[in-house]
Amino acid sequence: MKMLRLLPALVLVAGLSFTGCKPKDSDIKASVEKSLKENPATSSVMVMVNDGVATLSGEVADAAAQSESAAKATATKGVKSVVNNVTVAAPVMAPAPVTITADDPLTNSVRDATKDYPTVTATVADGVITLNGTIAKASLPKLMMALNSLQPKKVDNKLTVK
Amino acid sequence: MALQDKYKGLTDAATAAGVSDLQVREQDGVLYIDGTAPSGAVKDQLWTKYGEIDPNFAGGDVVMNVKVAMDAAVTKVKVTTESSNLNIRKGPGTDQPIVGKAAHGETITLVSKSNDQWWLVRTDDGEEGYAYAQYLSAE
Repeated sequence: MKMLRLLPALVLVAGLSFTGCKPKDSDIKASVEKSLKENPATSSVMVMVNDGVATLSGEVADAAAQSESAAKATATKGVKSVVNNVTVAAPVMAPAPVTITADDPLTNSVRDATKDYPTVTATVADGVITLNGTIAKASLPKLMMALNSLQPKKVDNKLTVK
Repeated sequence: MALQDKYKGLTDAATAAGVSDLQVREQDGVLYIDGTAPSGAVKDQLWTKYGEIDPNFAGGDVVMNVKVAMDAAVTKVKVTTESSNLNIRKGPGTDQPIVGKAAHGETITLVSKSNDQWWLVRTDDGEEGYAYAQYLSAE
């Protein structure tokens, strides 16, 4: 009987001692942050801890850093569960390399484009179109548009504009 | 970066005018500007802007390849030569034999644009061949 009466008290004591052992949210937060700071890839992740639930937020460069953040938080003492709101940054689009037409097709296309300009001489070397001769000012933009669309390396315009 | 600064007015204008797939890259002292303009007027406007920055395009430091977006549904094109007839050739190239001619101002059928410079066309007389795309514009 005595034991039975003591039971609630024991439970209470057990509960208290359990609460006593439980790390404080602020301490958990500090440990998770420390752990995340060890890797530059996860160092920018922000941490919030509420009743042992760690919520991670921020942006990292790749999925590996995203899962590593969660793994580190999960492994931290006192963390009951992890809400991983860390996002992966959109990859920076590497600019596509400039396409430059090879000399043979370029020479043919340049010949086609300059056919109607008898006063213009065009030569192609290493992707560079060199223009010599004369042209009317009004015709110049049209010729340049045509030549620029052929994807040359460069248009070296030495034309005398009249 | 110096070239991007020099032509900032041009690339800003391209962005403002709604040029899609705009790519601006500097390589070996040349600024490459690629994209697709929503209309021929926008393309002309960009070339005017380019001409303001580099009169007569003599600098040789820009290659601007801005195409004009064309509705896939477009099947009719108008011959926009200066005044002469437009040659229609057997294959894509001025070395190809002439198989027909389209008159200045005539509207002809666009069959295929598989080649950027040479479009496959058909006249109302049924002559089919390649014509230089620069002298054709969408109706």
